[in-house]
Amino acid sequence: MKHRRTRSQLVEAVFKVLMLASFAFVAGSLALILWTIISKGLPALSWAMLTQVPEGGYYLGKGGGILNAILGSLYMAGGGTILALIVGLPIALYLETYLERSAWGAYVRLTLDVLWGIPSIVYGAFGFIFMLAIGMRASMLGGIITLALLELPIMTRAMDEVIRLMPEELEQAALALGSTRLEVAMRVVTRQMLPGLVTAVLLAFGRGIGDAASVLFTAGYTDRLPTSLLRPAASLPLAVYFQLSMPYPEVQKRAYAAALILTLIVLAVSLGSRWVSAKLRKNVVK
Amino acid sequence: METESNLSVDTNKKRPALTWRGRSDRLAGRLFFIFSVIPVGLVLLIVVMLVIKSWPLLKTHSLWLLLSGQTWKPEEGFFGFWPFIAGTFWVTAAALGLAVPPSLLTAIYLSEYSGRTLRALMKPLLDLLAAIPSVIYGVWGTLAIVPIIQNNLIPFIRQYVGNIPLISSQNSTGFGILAGGIVLAIMIMPFIIAVLYEILDNVPRGLKEASLGVGATRLQTVRWAVLPKVLPGLVAGIVFGASRALGETMAVLMVVGNVAQTPHSLLDAAYPLPALIANNYGEMMSIPLYDSALMTSALILLILILIFNITSALILRRVLGRKWV
Repeated sequence: MKHRRTRSQLVEAVFKVLMLASFAFVAGSLALILWTIISKGLPALSWAMLTQVPEGGYYLGKGGGILNAILGSLYMAGGGTILALIVGLPIALYLETYLERSAWGAYVRLTLDVLWGIPSIVYGAFGFIFMLAIGMRASMLGGIITLALLELPIMTRAMDEVIRLMPEELEQAALALGSTRLEVAMRVVTRQMLPGLVTAVLLAFGRGIGDAASVLFTAGYTDRLPTSLLRPAASLPLAVYFQLSMPYPEVQKRAYAAALILTLIVLAVSLGSRWVSAKLRKNVVK
Repeated sequence: METESNLSVDTNKKRPALTWRGRSDRLAGRLFFIFSVIPVGLVLLIVVMLVIKSWPLLKTHSLWLLLSGQTWKPEEGFFGFWPFIAGTFWVTAAALGLAVPPSLLTAIYLSEYSGRTLRALMKPLLDLLAAIPSVIYGVWGTLAIVPIIQNNLIPFIRQYVGNIPLISSQNSTGFGILAGGIVLAIMIMPFIIAVLYEILDNVPRGLKEASLGVGATRLQTVRWAVLPKVLPGLVAGIVFGASRALGETMAVLMVVGNVAQTPHSLLDAAYPLPALIANNYGEMMSIPLYDSALMTSALILLILILIFNITSALILRRVLGRKWV
């Protein structure tokens, strides 16, 4: 009896070590990724990278920067996020106020789950053939629309998740006082979900700005600054990818710098959304 | 739909002063409905467009030969997708094999052992891991993983391990399935951990306490009381992770080698379906049926993912008792 007990305790201890090791592995890989990107990217980062467009011979190692890609990415992810918000917010409100416990609501949720699972390369391919079909060429507008499609399920799910955490009594109280469902949606739910709304928008923006496979087909790439919706636009993830695939070490170093810029933007967005939603939380009835 | 509009209709009749409110409520309902058609329509549109674009190839070639064909020579009209399908499964399997054990252990630790501080810390940690763009994972893979495989692992295996199937390979670069699997494993771990943790956390407290009460250790409780109860959910969570892995493009593309061959070893190079699409869209217009073949590969990928995704979504909804995965 005593022997058995010590054995099970030993197994317990071994597993506990394994679990802690797994946890350390997960946390460590994040640290390792960040360390690799920072240590490689920081030496290559320069003011010119941030403020200039590629000059002639840039991809052979001559002067210039990736302002075209930084701006292109910000514009496209920003535009995509706005479009996704315009479509996603009504859907999220509709699901919670009008479609509570309805079959159609379940279908819409399932399709949003399905959309969330569709990989960005398929969105890219779809965007590409859709643009071909209506006679559009690779352009910033194409990138914006494709990113909006990619971001829509992410944003709507995140918003719906926040609305679900709302106390149900609040909604019922408003309905009992004679509010219509629209008034509940616009005056009660919208205010309650504000912190979550910011989180959802920033989450979708972060996902959009980091996505390469969808804009590869639809937005193309250019060394010029993005000026028109109907012209191709550069993006940061593709700047990283293209520069890394060049055979010149000077150009590859710039890929590391571009990777660092992209990582910093994404981390700032991710941490910023936490901070903003914590600030806004005081408007919320718990 | 009918039951919903009753409320506003009634208010209209009884209180004329509120008419416009009732009307705007109903009007907004219709407008909202139109918006809610968009996601449903989008899924259908994506499938229909891909089928239409794949049709020229599917019409002229037998589906079975396309799926099982080993030769990929678009210029000569040979479109065998098997190397790419096999490559997709190899990379996904490698990623799952590497990601599932640590994810499960971490999830168990978080739900059964750890204190509040660690649990609170884990959420932002997983969020950050999930927020890092896939191209960054690709850069990290080429900088950190590929050189280790190339300079340390491959010479070691060649010298000491020899000809063990699944490991030995002619490929002497670090670019291959193992590199892709490692990068992909770290990318899908946040998803798997989050789902598994939630499933484990959902187990009734009484069950765990009953088991602990009769003298079982925590590990025995997990093994004999918790795991059997949540097994379907765990499997669904892992399938869910697999569906994320199947479609991952840029990170895998950058480290997997991209050689159109059917892989036989973890160290072989592979060419998964997403990489095929991303690498060749440029020249697809110049060769007959090539564009159709690339859209067929997008369709194959989409169908695989839909199967994985919908099954796991339906099971997870039931297990977690909620509307979303």
